Amino acid sequence: MGGNNNRAVFIGIFVILIGAIFALKLFVLQVADPSYKLSAESNTRRKVIQFPSRGLIYDRNGKLLVSNQAVYDIMIVPQDLTAFDTLDFCESIGVTPDELRSMFVNMRKQLRQKKILPYKPSVFYKQLSAERYGRFQEKLYKFKGFFVQRRTLRKYEYPLGAHVLGYVGEANKKLLKKDTYYSQGDYVGISGIEKVYEEQLRGHKGVKYELVDVHGRIKGSYRSGRFDVPAISGNNITLSLDIDLQQYGEMLMKNKIGSIVAIEPQTGQVLAMVSAPTYDPSLLVGKVRSHNFGILSTDSLKPLFNRAVQARYPPGSTFKTLNALIGLQEGVLTPATEYSCNMGYHTRSLSVGCHHHVSPLDLTHSIMISCNAYYCHVFRNILDNPQYGSVQAGLNAWKDFMVKFGFGYKLGVDVTNEARGFIPNASYYDKIYRGSWSSLTVISLAIGQGEILTTPIQMANMASMLSNRGKYFTPHVIKQIEDGDIPERFRTVHETGIDTANFTPVLKGMELAVQGGPGCTAGIARIPGIVVCGKTGTAQNPHGKDHSIFIAFAPKDDPKIAVAVYVENGGFGATWAAPIASFMIEKYLTGEVSQRRAWLEKRILEGDLIHGNKK
Amino acid sequence: MAIRNSYKSSVDWFTIVIYALLVTFGWINIYAANYSPDSTVFFDMSSEHFKQLIWIALSLVIIGMIFLIDSQFFVEFAYVFYGFTIFLLVTVLLFGKEINGAKSWFEVGPVRFQPAELTKVATALALARLLSRFGFDMSKPMNIVKIGAIIFIPVLMILLQNDTGSALVYFVFILVLFREGMTGYILFFGFIASIVAVLTLIIPNIYIFALITATILITLFYNGVRKCQIKGLLWGALAAASLYFAGKLLKINLLPDYVMLAGIAALTIYLIIISFKKRLRVIPLYLLILWGAITLAFSADYFFNKVLNDYQRTRINVLLGLEEDPLGAGYNVNQSKIAIGSGGLTGKGFLEGTQTKFDFVPEQSTDFIFCTVGEEWGFAGSMFVIIGFVTLILRLIILAERQHSDFSRIYGYGVALIFFFHFAINIGMTIGLAPVIGIPLPFFSYGGSSLWGFTLLLFIFLKLDTNRNELIR
Repeated sequence: MGGNNNRAVFIGIFVILIGAIFALKLFVLQVADPSYKLSAESNTRRKVIQFPSRGLIYDRNGKLLVSNQAVYDIMIVPQDLTAFDTLDFCESIGVTPDELRSMFVNMRKQLRQKKILPYKPSVFYKQLSAERYGRFQEKLYKFKGFFVQRRTLRKYEYPLGAHVLGYVGEANKKLLKKDTYYSQGDYVGISGIEKVYEEQLRGHKGVKYELVDVHGRIKGSYRSGRFDVPAISGNNITLSLDIDLQQYGEMLMKNKIGSIVAIEPQTGQVLAMVSAPTYDPSLLVGKVRSHNFGILSTDSLKPLFNRAVQARYPPGSTFKTLNALIGLQEGVLTPATEYSCNMGYHTRSLSVGCHHHVSPLDLTHSIMISCNAYYCHVFRNILDNPQYGSVQAGLNAWKDFMVKFGFGYKLGVDVTNEARGFIPNASYYDKIYRGSWSSLTVISLAIGQGEILTTPIQMANMASMLSNRGKYFTPHVIKQIEDGDIPERFRTVHETGIDTANFTPVLKGMELAVQGGPGCTAGIARIPGIVVCGKTGTAQNPHGKDHSIFIAFAPKDDPKIAVAVYVENGGFGATWAAPIASFMIEKYLTGEVSQRRAWLEKRILEGDLIHGNKK
Repeated sequence: MAIRNSYKSSVDWFTIVIYALLVTFGWINIYAANYSPDSTVFFDMSSEHFKQLIWIALSLVIIGMIFLIDSQFFVEFAYVFYGFTIFLLVTVLLFGKEINGAKSWFEVGPVRFQPAELTKVATALALARLLSRFGFDMSKPMNIVKIGAIIFIPVLMILLQNDTGSALVYFVFILVLFREGMTGYILFFGFIASIVAVLTLIIPNIYIFALITATILITLFYNGVRKCQIKGLLWGALAAASLYFAGKLLKINLLPDYVMLAGIAALTIYLIIISFKKRLRVIPLYLLILWGAITLAFSADYFFNKVLNDYQRTRINVLLGLEEDPLGAGYNVNQSKIAIGSGGLTGKGFLEGTQTKFDFVPEQSTDFIFCTVGEEWGFAGSMFVIIGFVTLILRLIILAERQHSDFSRIYGYGVALIFFFHFAINIGMTIGLAPVIGIPLPFFSYGGSSLWGFTLLLFIFLKLDTNRNELIR
């Protein structure tokens, strides 16, 4: 035994050696190296994003337009799945077994492509309704590997104002790359108010740290929620829209193509913005969106196209008011200037026709009667003003006025996809005519035809500017933002450089156009007890019947509303646009339509310019 | 026979205290590993901590019974007991229940039992009985066969159950044999062989061959064989080069290993000629070692690639750092290290662990129970366990050495070294120093079979120790 005692010592030392190695390794693991502690934290601490509810949207009178509705996404953790009663599952979420099968096929495909991970939750079924959710939640314990995550979708209280409101959708890849605030699956305003005021509406995402086990099951809050940041709801916003007026406008434009824009002149606030045909904004919410979007985007009448800000039409005779103002301001025209008209403006090379009316006319009556010849004279005088020395300089001076009136560039409204329209300048014509052109060449600009293109919102802004005698605020649909100011640009007044006095004869003409006696062009827009100023327009349309145009504001001396109406293929301005504008004014100012005009209202409401055209 | 007979010694309380401390601390950690803030019912019949409490109580009954039995009984019935447990192993192979891929459990109602735990005790007893036979000579071939049979019959049975971990435990009996006078060369060569085997998995064979050859040549140089190395190497290089160019010429794709081997073969032949010419007897011995090592390198490769399962291969690769697999085989070890590492110096506190509660660590109440110790009790708690086990094992060696009878001593070593193996492999596994082999940490891992097995193992020895001054045979 004695000799073997060495071996006992040897074995003993070996045991101690292993113990010492372990102690050393444990010291490194537990005391010296802090990285394991950090790993442990990230292991069990799950950062859960708390989604704020989006700000609500109200109309100018405090009526709720857009709110939120809860929906429930069914989430799946593939590795936690066990066999379950698929029929029961189908029944409680309302899908057919075939649909469920294809959902699983799809999930397996995504798993193979590593788009989703077996141990991480991913969306299995989107947007379960609240009532379905109730049923599903009761049975959830039977379906291992599934859980439900709450999300909110927009809810529209009225089927109105789709183009203004816009819609909300999941952030796309481009946005995700650009703005780190968003992550995959986040909702973001895609168009309209939702896009423009996204930052105010979205609120601030919160963070909640939860302790989770290896299967991602929640085991409690991390350090009693010490590091949690609650989500802050988005700010509510109030729009300047009057939803009743909007509704009425959409009714008036039913079965017509075109647009109505109504503005409060003192503020530039948009009271109604109609683009017809329109759609119910609820069509673009939730599961039905992609389906409906497909239908809407392939509709030949382009309901998704916001004609109020995107469509570009010639302004027609409404521009006579502006040419008159420029003429007066440039001193090439006085209120007393008279021109005669013999069924038009005739030169050796070119004629601009006119309708039959008394002749000669002064400025006021030229507007009332909308004489083409008168404005051919006025326009040529503006362009050939000796003060400028050349027709090019004359046209550019004219263009500068037009730009000051809000044309040719985007107004900067808070509605998405605004078009800028087009006001030609000298170099434009130099290019076309290789430098050899005269005021006669571009004479159609005199009566608002030719190359000029304007949008309905620019036209409404023009009506607003006229009513304010030369001042305007950039039109906008925002009225108030909770805990914030509306953008500075909507609070700055724009001057047009026309003396106030120059407006008197022009506005008088517009008044007479509606209220005046024989020969007035827009008598149909007359409203009992309200002085309406208006101007008709008829835009030639190479594709079909002329567009019917009308701009107006009322009351004349204390303007509360300025309107522009376009009815595509509606013919004369007085046929469709003028009555529609007058009803908008009457409805807004008096709240109802007078009995005496009920027959007209009926004609407009029942008028069908879409289906009739097709026949 | 009985020189100092009827001299009863007292029981070794020191060991019993360590046992009590380890079992208690073990139970606390099982409670913590299963603790969930949601359910605070302590007396839940189905909970592991409650069941373990019952197993502990039954262990006390077992201890009581052991102390009632006469020490002589364990000698007398060693073979019978051994035979019985082998019978159990056969039965479990036929009628057992498969759990985690190993068919090593009996299941009777709610109670599961793993007979392999008993077999360890029986094998230790049987080996002690065999080696303690009067005049037993370990070097006799017949005796070597007997020893081999006692050790390898259970190993074979357990391997058939597909429970590799439990089978590996039996290799500690080699250390017992070492203590009992087995030549140290076996341990030494075993050690060298395992290093070569591991190296072959890490480094390409060709470098191993070069390394071994260089070592042998240098050793020969120091053993007086000089001047012939350079010539031998030249012959070798010539042979290798000619094979290489022959291969090129015949467009045969030769592995560099074989070119190298051709060189070594040429060197060998040259050295053999030299040894005959100069009558240098030392040369053949070293050449034998050289070719033994080469064969070992090849067979390690073969064993690794052809015999082992994929998952076993992966585990070894991860351990050797050849494979990064943090979510696969490395996942468990990685999570285990994170759990232990996150404990810090003093731990997160009782029931405050997060890694070991929320299932990040696998088998958190059985094989990876040490993670709970590390996480909740920190370095302090870990050291308590390490020191506890090292003290227990050293104490058992001391106790074994003081036995008057060979049987008690040999059995004592068996006990000490079985504890040592479990301790070293289990804790080594959780801290990434040993491959993931599923064997329990004595007194800590949840489970009745393992607790009873270790209790039985330990207390039979403590009972024998009370008769340490007698000659039990």
